[in-house]
Amino acid sequence: MLTLQGICKTFNPGTVNEKRALNNVSLHLEAGDFVTILGSNGAGKSTLFASIAGAFPVDEGRILLDGEDITGQPDYRRSKYIGRLFQDPLKGTAPNMTIEENLALAYLRASERRSPFSMVTGADRRNFRDRLSLLELGLEDRMNHPVGLLSGGQRQALTLLMATLVTPKLLLLDEHTAALDPATAAKVLSLTQKIVAENRITCLMITHNIPSALALGNRTMMMKDGRVVFELSGEARQKATAEDLLKAFHSQGMSSDRVLFSAE
Amino acid sequence: MISSAVLFSALELGCIYALVALALFLSFRVLNIADMTTDGSFTLGCAVSATVAVAGHPFLALPAAMAAGACAGAVTAALQTKLKIPSILAGIITNTGLYTVNLAVMGFSSNVNMMKNPTVFTAMQPLLGQLYKLLPTALVTALAAALLVVFLNTRLGLSIRATGDNPDMVRASSINTGFTITVGLSVANALTALSGAVLAQYQKTADISLGSGMVIIGLASLIIGETILPHGKLWRRALGAVLGSILYRFIMALALRLDLPSECLKLISAAIVALAIGLPAIRRPKVKGGAQC
Repeated sequence: MLTLQGICKTFNPGTVNEKRALNNVSLHLEAGDFVTILGSNGAGKSTLFASIAGAFPVDEGRILLDGEDITGQPDYRRSKYIGRLFQDPLKGTAPNMTIEENLALAYLRASERRSPFSMVTGADRRNFRDRLSLLELGLEDRMNHPVGLLSGGQRQALTLLMATLVTPKLLLLDEHTAALDPATAAKVLSLTQKIVAENRITCLMITHNIPSALALGNRTMMMKDGRVVFELSGEARQKATAEDLLKAFHSQGMSSDRVLFSAE
Repeated sequence: MISSAVLFSALELGCIYALVALALFLSFRVLNIADMTTDGSFTLGCAVSATVAVAGHPFLALPAAMAAGACAGAVTAALQTKLKIPSILAGIITNTGLYTVNLAVMGFSSNVNMMKNPTVFTAMQPLLGQLYKLLPTALVTALAAALLVVFLNTRLGLSIRATGDNPDMVRASSINTGFTITVGLSVANALTALSGAVLAQYQKTADISLGSGMVIIGLASLIIGETILPHGKLWRRALGAVLGSILYRFIMALALRLDLPSECLKLISAAIVALAIGLPAIRRPKVKGGAQC
């Protein structure tokens, strides 16, 4: 499904601030793979996501999605089939537009073969209602409320729904529950699991929480200094405990207070 | 008191200038851009409309003016999105350039007279009798407002709204902001030019200075409208802009009735806009001072 071949990215090349953010990263994801990514700050996790999403051109390497080379494609074209969620719940929705209008925008943008003047129909609206009710947040009765009135957790759940309303080829989750309180974070994580499983979405998720890195998905990888340094999958992953992963983390010479706390 | 002739002309002018208020609703409120092209594109609309009408095509004059206005908006958008010029400066640059363009459209004369030429209104006179001015202006404005509301609910319209509402979100979604800003400013300036085009035929003359201060008049109307119909759905806000513009013309008619020299009107408009936009800042210190506790 997704193949990265030798991706390199250096910021501020030739200056004192030169930073090799991605160093020859290669990666292959089968359709339906759900990979959790761990790594301390500055390991290149978010840079990896940004290069897949096309926020900046990569220096070297190729990105293939579903057999198509998307290395040179501008970000707005890629995001038609790549869904993306950020840590900040305010970044994914338009606050002065209603819940329905936000969903309509996400739906109309992602649908194929629609004219720029297409509008949502009554059937689409009923579909939005049904999908909203699956979130179990009562949002289906507030379709005409501006999104700005919702809580951070509700907005993040809505963003998740918007990103998957039309099933994307790839879903990138960049610590999307890190800014939420523990109870809301758990709720959004279980929604993520449910939606990804039901639609068999190929998914990459960055997290600082070792237990959820093991609990979610079918593969786990660790990044350091712009490289993938460690990978777990299959049986080895099923047997692995949070402590094993923490040990692996330290054996790579990594330390991160956030990871240490989350493992306890 | 106010005679029916004054009443009618206030209604008619209110409907015509409502198009500018709708244009600013799109650029200032929806896209969050203070579009300084407005003055120039209003005059451009007047000039194109008058020139085409004098050539014998008063109806063709309206779409022609809109197309010219859309081009002016596209130039401002290009300055902003391609050359990365700050939005206000981009509008001022286009506006300055338009002065020459507008003179050129009018054959390097500062005004065009249509006294002997048929206009949209004179063509309607046998059909509509006394209402020959009010009905066409009201129809054009109602149609423009309805189309604008429908447009803002289409895929492209929703994208334009998101561009103004949450740039962070738009950067991460499949929306090309350069394109949405270009379409938004083009549509806004097409509406402004249409307003100028109708006005020129309404008063049978186009003048190079007709558009001066138009952006402030439009904003004043928009803000009056928001005071009458605060918050709510899109169609309510569009209706507010139209009503605001009509009310603004009534205020102006009253001011003239009070023998206020017409030269004062722009100062009053400027004061209304400054006060309305600045109101939250004026209210704040009172709360800080604890006067209400």
